[in-house]
Amino acid sequence: MNRVELVVSRRGFLGMFSAGAFVLATDLKADAPIWQPNVYLGMESSGVVTIVAHRSEMGTGIKTALPMVAADELDVDFKNVRVEQAIGDAKYGSQDTDGSNSIRSFYEPLRIAGATARLMLERAAAAKWAVSAAECKGRNEQVVHLPTGRKIAYRELVTQAASQAVPKKDELTYKSPAEYRYIGKAQPIVDLTDICTGKAVFGIDAKMPGMVYASIERSPVMGGKIASVDDSEARKVTGVSQTVTLDPLKPPYGFQALGGVAVIADNTWSAMQGRKKLKVDWDLGANAGFDSGAFKKTLQDSARQPGKVARNVGDVDGEFAKAESTKGSNIHEVEYYVPMLAHAPMEPPAAVAEFKDGKVIAWTCTQNPQAVQATVAAAVGIKPADVTCHVTLLGGGFGRKSKPDYVAEAALLSKKIGKPVKVVWSREEDIHFDYYHSVAAMYMKAATDAKGRPTAWLQRSAFPPIEMMFDATAKYGGSEMAMGWNDLPYDIPNHRAENGPATAPVRIGWMRSVANIFHAFGVQSFTDELAAAANRDRVEYLLEMLGSQRVIDLANGRGGGDQRYPLDVGRLRHVVELAAEKSEWAKKKSGAGHGFGIAVHRSFLSYIAAVVEVEVDAKGKVKIPRVDFAVDAGMVVHPERVTAQFEGAAVFGTSVAMMGEITLGDGRVQQGNFNNYPVARMPEAPLMTHVHIVPSSAAPAGVGEPGVPVMAPAICNAIFAATGKRVRDLPVRKQKLV
Amino acid sequence: MIELRVNGTAKKFDGDVDMPLLWFLRDVLELTGTKFGCGLGLCGACTVHVNGAAVRSCQTTMKAAAGKSVTTIEGLAHHPVQTAWEHGNVPQCGYCQSGQIMQAVALLKEKPKPTDKDIDDIMQGNICRCGTYQRIRAAIKTAAGVRA
Repeated sequence: MNRVELVVSRRGFLGMFSAGAFVLATDLKADAPIWQPNVYLGMESSGVVTIVAHRSEMGTGIKTALPMVAADELDVDFKNVRVEQAIGDAKYGSQDTDGSNSIRSFYEPLRIAGATARLMLERAAAAKWAVSAAECKGRNEQVVHLPTGRKIAYRELVTQAASQAVPKKDELTYKSPAEYRYIGKAQPIVDLTDICTGKAVFGIDAKMPGMVYASIERSPVMGGKIASVDDSEARKVTGVSQTVTLDPLKPPYGFQALGGVAVIADNTWSAMQGRKKLKVDWDLGANAGFDSGAFKKTLQDSARQPGKVARNVGDVDGEFAKAESTKGSNIHEVEYYVPMLAHAPMEPPAAVAEFKDGKVIAWTCTQNPQAVQATVAAAVGIKPADVTCHVTLLGGGFGRKSKPDYVAEAALLSKKIGKPVKVVWSREEDIHFDYYHSVAAMYMKAATDAKGRPTAWLQRSAFPPIEMMFDATAKYGGSEMAMGWNDLPYDIPNHRAENGPATAPVRIGWMRSVANIFHAFGVQSFTDELAAAANRDRVEYLLEMLGSQRVIDLANGRGGGDQRYPLDVGRLRHVVELAAEKSEWAKKKSGAGHGFGIAVHRSFLSYIAAVVEVEVDAKGKVKIPRVDFAVDAGMVVHPERVTAQFEGAAVFGTSVAMMGEITLGDGRVQQGNFNNYPVARMPEAPLMTHVHIVPSSAAPAGVGEPGVPVMAPAICNAIFAATGKRVRDLPVRKQKLV
Repeated sequence: MIELRVNGTAKKFDGDVDMPLLWFLRDVLELTGTKFGCGLGLCGACTVHVNGAAVRSCQTTMKAAAGKSVTTIEGLAHHPVQTAWEHGNVPQCGYCQSGQIMQAVALLKEKPKPTDKDIDDIMQGNICRCGTYQRIRAAIKTAAGVRA
């Protein structure tokens, strides 16, 4: 018998349920045992079902979507389900809410959780009635004996179900899609009312009894060390109790706390005021001369040189040589540049942590509570299992909150001063000390025939890789290569993708859609340029580039290799055609400041095309009246939230294309807030985004990120169509359009 | 000693009079529905009503709030704007939405039937990084009873 009993508070598994009231882990009292057939699901004797959301909610709706899957298989009313956010614990599997991966990896486990519980209830009813379990079916919170129509409520079976052996996976039966109550249907997110009434709890809202507030002064240059500190004025600020020095981090940076001088106070404001009064002399170290303008040239030089080959098809060099001596063929050489970007989630990094008796309890907005456990443990010298990480709602994540350096800060400070400490980053700290989206330079070359079709295609990129964070000697792209670089889906006989070396003295990290942003910008802009050079219709040209419906073999580490997700060119073709149809592409005419652009890109295993409409006025100001997304993400659990993700991606992608740029001078980041690091506001955002989801029964793919990569090229292609001005360096706002 | 009303209740404060109202609400009164986003009045996440007008609480000192009546998201009961927000499934992460809702309520008080331009003009001070603007616009129109 695999019966599992979990003793918990009546408030739920973790004591965190109950909106508004922020229940601390220490408040837990032993209470009603519940039946827990699976780590994700439990039922109380009252029949109340609790489903654990083990992935982080940062706005994608995952805290609702995954529990919907289990509730559907169990066949209970979602209104009667309590959804509880899990603490960090490896028993749930990966909790790293990153890579548009939650449904992809956990649709099946949550389905199993629901089906397991239902089968145990069916068997419990069968035993009670002394009939065959095959004749019993759980539906709508009851088990029905099909031959007689007898019914019994789930809640009356909890005890008997709990004494059933947990069935094996191959004993389970699943609903057919026609029987789904929730999968594929609209469902308000579980925190909707709490959000709209201000009761929702984010990391910045977390409290622990007796906590103090910290604000940390950090080296303005990466790698700088404290030479001297004068905290006398800081300690005079009302509410400030003390200052604490934190050791600097060592390469590779990983998720370590940055170090610096923390001002401790009895409220956030006093801590921030105290920090402004600190006088810190920094030994700025080797990076104090770093300049992003000079670095741009270094990167471009790297991209122009032959690099490490990521994919090679046919004979590119031979074809270029042939083209150069052939009449009627053309050689095209173009360079693109995408600057460094900051995530800037509306909620800056925030955490509260208490170190006590060799253990840490933390509450924080994190995308990865298991990384919090590992990072905090390493920082304070304890075992990961001795770190309890409670996950709040996240006020945006976009990849920033997958790096838990800020939680390590709170834990380190708590260990030093013996009290729970809350760390809240200011917006300036958030922008100055981000794990930036990497800057990239790309060099593209193609030879085209008389019809403008490429006979050879060479693409080279250079960017400081994320791997630098874990290996200080890393210079080449790692996982980035499969993000739109070694997986070009075009039918070109001679094709080579390369990657040049690059490294930079900043922290680099994943940001919503990661390297797909610059790779899609390069590939989809270049495609548009070739089409323009040949005076071809863009949709027709794009379809010609994609070629016939076929599956491209991406084995040998080229672009994934998951057998459930072949690179199916037919699906790419279909989203291009769908976006064209829905945007009425064939009827549109570009020119005179009004233009349409298209881009297609596969990322996170989803096939996405976008048609963007722009208006460019006489002053060069760009408006985006409409975006049409065609989305093939395989089977979709929560189409309404998927639509929302693409609406949001249109805005995020607009910020990337039009506005975002982080620069450094003298080793210091030169932006600090939304005045000089602008993000799209309502009038700058697309006015109307239409999302067209392809009905599909294919394995579910990602949706949080894949809407972003197509936006920058589609916008710039539309700007070209409207004005004849080609934008090759982002952001658009730095370019003269008229 | 500064005296003010918050959500209809009298409150007193004897700390630094230059402390922004935001931190009094969040850290002292524990009304955490009002959010910190930028500290410079650039993002609107901290929007509350002072004597009925929308202000950025990160830019409103306790001195300036003395004697005034403050309403936060917690003091807004079943407002049609909140209903429209829920009906339209506006929030994604939700962090900026308190500020968006407080700003929208103030907008509708001033312009009960706002045009798209009215909405742009008033709401452009409130950043939503998730990009829910399209639904914010639609929800404001729903609450106002104007055509989308």
